[in-house]
Amino acid sequence: MTEARGPKAHERSPAGAEPVDPARPADQASAEAPDAPPADEHLRVEAQSRKPAAPPSPLARFGQARHLGLVLALVLLAIVGLITQPESFATTSNLVNILSLASTIGVITVGMTFVIIGGGIDLSVGALMALASVWATTLATQSYGPFVMILCAVLVGTGAGLVNGLLISYGRMVPFIATLAMLVAARGLAQRMSDRKTQLIQQGNELIVELSTTRVLGLPVLVYIFILVVAVGWVVLNRTTFGRRTYAVGGNPEAARLAGIDVRRHTLMLYALSGLCCGIAAVLIMARTTTGSSTHGDLYELDAIAAVIIGGTLLTGGRGTIIGSILGLLIFTVITNLFILNGLNTSDQLIAKGLIIVVAVLLQRRSLESRT
Amino acid sequence: MVADPPLLLMRGIVKQFPGVRALDGVDLEVRRGEVHCLLGQNGAGKSTLIKILAGAHQPDEGVITLGGEEVRLVTPTAAIKLGVSTIYQELDLVDGLSVAENIFLGHEPGRLGFIRQSDANRATRELMGRLGHPEIRPTTEVGRLSPAAKQVVSMARALSHDTRLIIMDEPSAALAHDEVANLFRIVRELTAQGVAVVYISHRLEEIREIGDRVTVLKDGRTVAVGLPAKETPTSEIVSLMTGRTVEYVFPPRRPEPATGPEVLRVEGLTVPGVVSDVSFTVRAGEIVGLAGLVGSGRSEIIEAVYGARRSSGKIVLEGRPVRRGTADTVRRGMGLAPEERKAQALLLDQSVARNITLAGLGRYARFGWIDRRREAAEARALIETLDIRPGDPDRPVKTLSGGNQQKAVLARWLVDDRKLLLLDEPTRGVDVGARAELYAVIRKLADQGIGVLLVSSEVPEVLGLADRVLVVREGRIIHQSAADDLDEHQVLDMIMEGSAL
Repeated sequence: MTEARGPKAHERSPAGAEPVDPARPADQASAEAPDAPPADEHLRVEAQSRKPAAPPSPLARFGQARHLGLVLALVLLAIVGLITQPESFATTSNLVNILSLASTIGVITVGMTFVIIGGGIDLSVGALMALASVWATTLATQSYGPFVMILCAVLVGTGAGLVNGLLISYGRMVPFIATLAMLVAARGLAQRMSDRKTQLIQQGNELIVELSTTRVLGLPVLVYIFILVVAVGWVVLNRTTFGRRTYAVGGNPEAARLAGIDVRRHTLMLYALSGLCCGIAAVLIMARTTTGSSTHGDLYELDAIAAVIIGGTLLTGGRGTIIGSILGLLIFTVITNLFILNGLNTSDQLIAKGLIIVVAVLLQRRSLESRT
Repeated sequence: MVADPPLLLMRGIVKQFPGVRALDGVDLEVRRGEVHCLLGQNGAGKSTLIKILAGAHQPDEGVITLGGEEVRLVTPTAAIKLGVSTIYQELDLVDGLSVAENIFLGHEPGRLGFIRQSDANRATRELMGRLGHPEIRPTTEVGRLSPAAKQVVSMARALSHDTRLIIMDEPSAALAHDEVANLFRIVRELTAQGVAVVYISHRLEEIREIGDRVTVLKDGRTVAVGLPAKETPTSEIVSLMTGRTVEYVFPPRRPEPATGPEVLRVEGLTVPGVVSDVSFTVRAGEIVGLAGLVGSGRSEIIEAVYGARRSSGKIVLEGRPVRRGTADTVRRGMGLAPEERKAQALLLDQSVARNITLAGLGRYARFGWIDRRREAAEARALIETLDIRPGDPDRPVKTLSGGNQQKAVLARWLVDDRKLLLLDEPTRGVDVGARAELYAVIRKLADQGIGVLLVSSEVPEVLGLADRVLVVREGRIIHQSAADDLDEHQVLDMIMEGSAL
């Protein structure tokens, strides 16, 4: 043991903070005290070794179990749908409808998952999507044809994401505040550009609308775009250095920095990635609604964050999965669908969603605690 | 004196942590109105003893009497109620609250949850007057105060309870020279009012100035009780503190001084306020040890070399100057095992393998795509080489013991060719057996031609492991020589009193 407490000791001694919280048992404090790591260590190692050896690894098993819970929830919702609306729920058109609805927020959710695993938050996603859709549907942009419109939406989204990233990583702003400012400002800019009017996609640019009307193997093209974004996102997060470093930057930024990772540049790229996803989502919403509007994507940021949290990603960063987020999103979308099919009040729907967030997080906390 | 019973009496205090007997029969006797100094090397048990007095730890054996009555300090609140207040090295004040709010936090004057602010302010003014600092106003926000003024607030908080005994853990560590004088004035006023002070410091000259009596701890035992602070010769104190009973096993040193090429050359390195004008070199295959107290600037030297801290001066790696920033220094072949393993090095939730491969990821990746089979194979090989136990690469790193976690951090830097390893307190929180293994690993790395720069608070460790020793005091290198030419006594003398040989 050692008594050295250098200026780098970030964590205040728990014993020092103790008088504020007299309810905390003293021996717990001792287990965390900086001068007694061996004590702590041995306890944990012993506790761990007492558990039966678990092939493959406890972490992997836990990950599967966590997704299993989400899948079970989805199955449960489907059963509710089958019982309450046997004729309309399990129809192809309804399922396609669910997937189309999920696509737009789904793409945003992929970007949001990266940002949150990387220890940040992006509140501006809905507004960025609106801005990108407005910018891409101005008469000036539309005169260049559908491909330039798509390019425009993607660039606007990525550019605004880069601004977020610059403010956060190099301007040292808190992500919540920087992206809140971007939310407000981007909505405002979208309103100015569109003069608060809904901008229709002009004749000659129907290619974009066809993304939602053309079907391949029964599914609209935009669903394939959604699936593609999810697949690419999964690969980047799980198979590349970028993904691995995202976990490191979110889990322990100081350790990441001292391991030679350029944390600031990485953070910048995470927000740019989220912006890029907003740009792609803008193309999808233009396809679905045939318009660009400053009112698109209102409160999408909350749905996306909720989906990520339900999916088991830690809001503090360092842990999470794309699959979990998408399952979380599907749960939300199916609930919306069920409420509409059953002709129920949308207010009740919001109450149900709120409850689901609470229940999901409580369950995750319990499984986390039972693990350690 | 004899008729007056001591204020605090601790007899035969034992505190056992799994694997470590932190305290093994400690006695302490503190009289009313005296400044009692507690001395001992790092790891001697001072912190544990303080925590027992503060009610944060419970002793396994032993008796504590306070004012003649046997007491049990079961919680920090119980300790405060009995009149024992502790001022920790890192002050636990709330920056956003005012001076008065901080002082009365948790025992605000008032009723039904409403605070009578005027009472709190008046009491604060009284306390500040008593401490000789009427200029610190009750309504000032604590975050705007200097470190010295914050310390006064901490003391006022201790006094706001009915305090008989104040424990100060390295109170001078964060203070400038003239502020220390002020601290001493306050301590004298407190003792004049009959309050006893247990004073912990590494600086002998302070102890001579402020202390009345000294108790020396070594390896969890009391080796001297109540020595007169002013008259006891330095040599006697130092020899009481040294001469460990626990012997570490060090690998054999290299037979002759390293003649390999210079890996690192540092010239005029300055970190404002902490390190001034430091120059040294590290050769390939050489272990260079930095010996110094906490706060002497040794960790800052390492961080500056690594590019993790702003500094001026020249840092040359293999003949070429490095740019600042860890991305560049790591690319150029440096590696750091930082002081706070869990906070600064490990991704605790992630697997051992992923922690090992974090810094060298680019090595298994092509265009950003990780070759996971190669990654796993290399991680497994390193786990075997360093004998990390348990040897399961997929186990979360937080389930490993301190020594094995440290090996995982070292393994991180062995995935590709490192030129220079910077090790900050590599054996902190590591038990004795694992230490020997770590020492062997570090020596083996040096033998492979890596330059090693090592920081440790434990003088025997620096002397046993390093080829060459640099003694750091107050941000300067005051002495350097081959480790063989120094003994523990001399080094302790230098880092505590600054007397160069």
